[in-house]
Amino acid sequence: MKTLLKYLKPYFPRMSGGLIIKIAGTVVELFIPYILTHILETVILTQKVSSIIFWGVLMVLCAAAACVFNIIANRMAASVSRDFSEKVRHDLFAKTLRLSAAQTDKFTIASLESRITTDTYNIHHFVGMMQRMGVRAPIILIGGIIITLIMDSYLSMVMIATMPLLFITVYLVSRNGIPLYKKVQQSVDKMIRVVREDAQGIRVIKALSKDKYEHKRYNEVNVGLVKDEKRAGIIMGSVHPIMNLFMNMGIVAVVALSAARVTNRLSTPETVIAFMQYFTQISMSMMAMSRIFTMASKSIASANRIEEILLSEDELIEQSIEDYPQNNRGNIIEFRNVSFSYNGKKEDLSNISFIINPGESLGIIGATGSGKSTLIKLLLRLYDVDKGEIFLNGRNVRTINRSELYSNFGSVMQNDFLYNDTIMENIKFGRDISDDEVVEAAKIAQAHGFISDFSDGYEHVLSQHGTNISGGQKQRVLISRAIAAKPRILILDDSSSALDYKTESALRNALNENLTDTVLINVAQRVSAVKGCSLILVLDEGKIIGSGTHEELLQSCKEYKEISDSQMGGAIVE
Amino acid sequence: MSKKNKEITKEKFHIGTLFRLFSYVLKSWPLFIVAVVMTLTSNQLALLGPKYSGVAIDAIANPDGVDFALVYKNVIYMIICYATSAVLSYVLAVIMINISQKVVYRMRKQLFEKLTTLPVGFFDTTATGDIISRISYDIDTVNSSLSHDLVQVMTSLYAVIGSLIFMWKISKPMIIVFVITVPISILFTRYRSKKVRPMFRERSKKLGELNGYAEEMLSGCRTIQVYNREKEIGSRFDARNNDAMNAFYKAEYYASAMGPSVNFINNLSISLVMILGGILYMYSASGMVKAGSMFFITLGGVAQFVQYSRKFAGPINEFANILHEFQSAFSAAERVFRIIDEPSEKPDKLNAVTLENTVGDVRFNDVFFGYTQDKTILHGVSLNAASGKTIAIVGPTGAGKTTIINLLMRFYDVNSGTITLDGLPIYDIKREDLRKAYTMVLQDTWLFHGTVAENIAYGKEGATLDEVKAVAKAAKIHNYIEHLPDGYNTVLSDDGINISKGQKQLITIARAMLSDAPMLILDEATSNVDSRTEIQIQEALSKLMENRTCFVIAHRLSTIKNADLIIVLQNGKISEQGNHEALMKCGGFYSKLYNSQFD
Repeated sequence: MKTLLKYLKPYFPRMSGGLIIKIAGTVVELFIPYILTHILETVILTQKVSSIIFWGVLMVLCAAAACVFNIIANRMAASVSRDFSEKVRHDLFAKTLRLSAAQTDKFTIASLESRITTDTYNIHHFVGMMQRMGVRAPIILIGGIIITLIMDSYLSMVMIATMPLLFITVYLVSRNGIPLYKKVQQSVDKMIRVVREDAQGIRVIKALSKDKYEHKRYNEVNVGLVKDEKRAGIIMGSVHPIMNLFMNMGIVAVVALSAARVTNRLSTPETVIAFMQYFTQISMSMMAMSRIFTMASKSIASANRIEEILLSEDELIEQSIEDYPQNNRGNIIEFRNVSFSYNGKKEDLSNISFIINPGESLGIIGATGSGKSTLIKLLLRLYDVDKGEIFLNGRNVRTINRSELYSNFGSVMQNDFLYNDTIMENIKFGRDISDDEVVEAAKIAQAHGFISDFSDGYEHVLSQHGTNISGGQKQRVLISRAIAAKPRILILDDSSSALDYKTESALRNALNENLTDTVLINVAQRVSAVKGCSLILVLDEGKIIGSGTHEELLQSCKEYKEISDSQMGGAIVE
Repeated sequence: MSKKNKEITKEKFHIGTLFRLFSYVLKSWPLFIVAVVMTLTSNQLALLGPKYSGVAIDAIANPDGVDFALVYKNVIYMIICYATSAVLSYVLAVIMINISQKVVYRMRKQLFEKLTTLPVGFFDTTATGDIISRISYDIDTVNSSLSHDLVQVMTSLYAVIGSLIFMWKISKPMIIVFVITVPISILFTRYRSKKVRPMFRERSKKLGELNGYAEEMLSGCRTIQVYNREKEIGSRFDARNNDAMNAFYKAEYYASAMGPSVNFINNLSISLVMILGGILYMYSASGMVKAGSMFFITLGGVAQFVQYSRKFAGPINEFANILHEFQSAFSAAERVFRIIDEPSEKPDKLNAVTLENTVGDVRFNDVFFGYTQDKTILHGVSLNAASGKTIAIVGPTGAGKTTIINLLMRFYDVNSGTITLDGLPIYDIKREDLRKAYTMVLQDTWLFHGTVAENIAYGKEGATLDEVKAVAKAAKIHNYIEHLPDGYNTVLSDDGINISKGQKQLITIARAMLSDAPMLILDEATSNVDSRTEIQIQEALSKLMENRTCFVIAHRLSTIKNADLIIVLQNGKISEQGNHEALMKCGGFYSKLYNSQFD
């Protein structure tokens, strides 16, 4: 709540402007019943038609002024809520993109997405409504109370006596409402998750004819959501009738008590009538406020969810050089006794040490799940190591700010990301890279050929996740992206697995020829992909079980030799 | 969707949408009738309140002194009316929540189930985030409109008619005022809502686009970070955000004039009522109009009439205010219906055959196919996959290998030519049966949010944990799973970061092993599995392939070498076919490809 109120602060001047206009409109509108009373009480008695018409026209003028003021104020309110939610959503999205991998995992993408859209919409809706009705209702309420106090303070006290009851009701119900709506939003997350998963896995679902199963899986979340929404609705739905009852009971009390007052000449029937008018209007504004309160619970729940993201601590921030000194060696990359575990239980990497000097290249090979990609993720500081240090250009990666750190790398990770845009744009990826450089990169990545085959060439539009090109084509576009900015370090994490041997060896040669100043880090399943590297690490269950050049490893590492033999198609060659 | 189609939807617009939306409500007709009755009763009671208070006030204003007995009698009536009305209106709220929740439940269910019948091409061309926006935001908009506004409208309608009757009873001449002003309100509202309708449509659409973009970018969040593109992507998001918010603003800008304007017309009516009422009372009081004449009116009468005319105007006012909520609900409903109306996969033919004892003999006969009209991918492919044999498909990437799989599974249908299974054209077979006849492991692995065990058991309904463990062991993933925090009960998700692609592939292989389908498709099934593990699971894979017709796409030529038939696909045509030895001998593409691995 608090943080979002801060977001609202810059708009206070504009909101106050709108508020003043709205107050003007509301006050003019409040004159209408006052004039009504005046006509009933005095004008009629003058027996002059002209003065009735005069006061009537005055009423119409008030109504017209109220209309104009209200429209202006409503539009101002709309513009404030637009600017406010645009800003919130901007910051929310920016923050979401900065979340660490662990945080994204914790929140889940489905939930992050619904916070950016539905939760933001909820508060947008509320801010708008609050300005439109949240001003009018209290003014009518307070204005009405003041006028009625002047008219007949005794009867007003009756009305005012119902207020505490109303506020207690509203307070209790809305307090219960917030957690209920929080639950609703959580259920929305779950539903979005299933829809999202199924949209992505539709081929598998169809292939296995699992539609019935998916219907059932969806039904569970759908039923859950309905249950939560119902519960929230049923609780919040009680506000309106309860308030209505209290207000009406107030009216009843006024009628009952005014009988005695009129007898005692403390009041006149005309006053009672006018009083009733105001009371009706006050009770209507109370009703409007009850709706605001219902909405408030929902929006506060949403606001809290947004804040949870905005306030989540920046992980992996830059550390001071005092805490993490440099290694003062001339190498590009050093891993020093690095250990890491995702879940804090079993170590996914233990005691990894190696050094890469300028002009060298690194190959990483090992069984599925041996920690190859984890090692890359640590180098990119997607996680912090549990033990040991990682140095880049002599500096501990913890001390390098993000943009500087990443400016060193071009990388292709497993399951990497292509999006709905042209191939040109997918390679440029919003960077300041010329078209020529893109083509050059695509040539090296062996992608130029198939891209040119499209009638629209580089302007060919990829579908989301690049589903309209084959796996091998995707990998080559991704590699083009990685090398387009001529990075100092190129990381290829199992990113040529879908290429055939011919293409892969052409790619390897082109990389070697063209990227002479780039340190290549190649994570691969195939010996052929790493065999030219100046250092090859063989990983097994998170440990280095062999390191050296291809030739050295053939001698020293049994496992490496096994892999090599199995892939070099032993039978035919030997 | 074609342009023409879109225009038709636009024309059909509201009335169609309104009826369609209402038909959802009518499915809960017993509840709906109860709701209508309750609305009527509750409002009747609420309307009676002012009547009794009017009588009470007249009793107070009695020139012969206050008639206490009459006042208190009416006060008690008022209490009864208001209390019952409050209870009823709460019950009504609960009923309406039930109705609206039933409606949205059905809409969400229908929309989701529709999604699963849509051709896979739909998902390639529609942003996932946009689909999500429809099933969450749009349906939610419909929901809030239904649960709030439907009651509101019914109440309004009743209050309007009810007030009118009471007003008629009090003074007929004064009704004239409304005969003039009400049509003005209606015309004005109609004119305005026609004008803002496209704006509300735009609003929903833009929000869908925004969501689509957010969804897509969030799924690539890690890459964006590593390339340090947060600012750039952020500013592109901003452009869409700005679009969406402006669309909201524009709709609100125009819609926000509606409420105050209608309010003005109402205030105008009340002023006119007052003027007229004042004059009539003046004449009545001065005796110019005799009691019993239709022009006669008491002070209490004027007060009551004014009160009722406020009651009459209030709902109209309210209605004008919520009209813009209605507009957004309609545009939202339209977006939902648009997906429900998307053409599904072609339904099975009426005489579609049920597959029994599939032998697994698959033939392609001169098949032509392209994903789009203008680009043909396969040019006259013919092949013969005999039952129980392994058919490997090799060729440069993009040659159309995966396309063949898409056709086999009927994710897409051929442009010309035929594909047969056991001699039957596959279009004459029930689609579900056809797909069930295959087990497939795809290049793109897919896991859903669920335990490891559930993800593996996905391949076979009712698989026991022992079966799951057995296949996990065969797929060499058992050890990894055992080391997860909760073993087989560890919850996985597709985005989960600490599971590698190779491990995901092994899980999907285990999943496939549970299936007893007579045919198997392996599309780069082990591309991210290291070669040692691959050798270790080879035995299990061989067992899986035994006695099954297998289609294999792989780059690892070790898998392909032993295939009974190797098909070389180049530029959408089969350029070579035969077994390993034969193809090596002929010295074409295959032999070059094979030898390149030793370079």
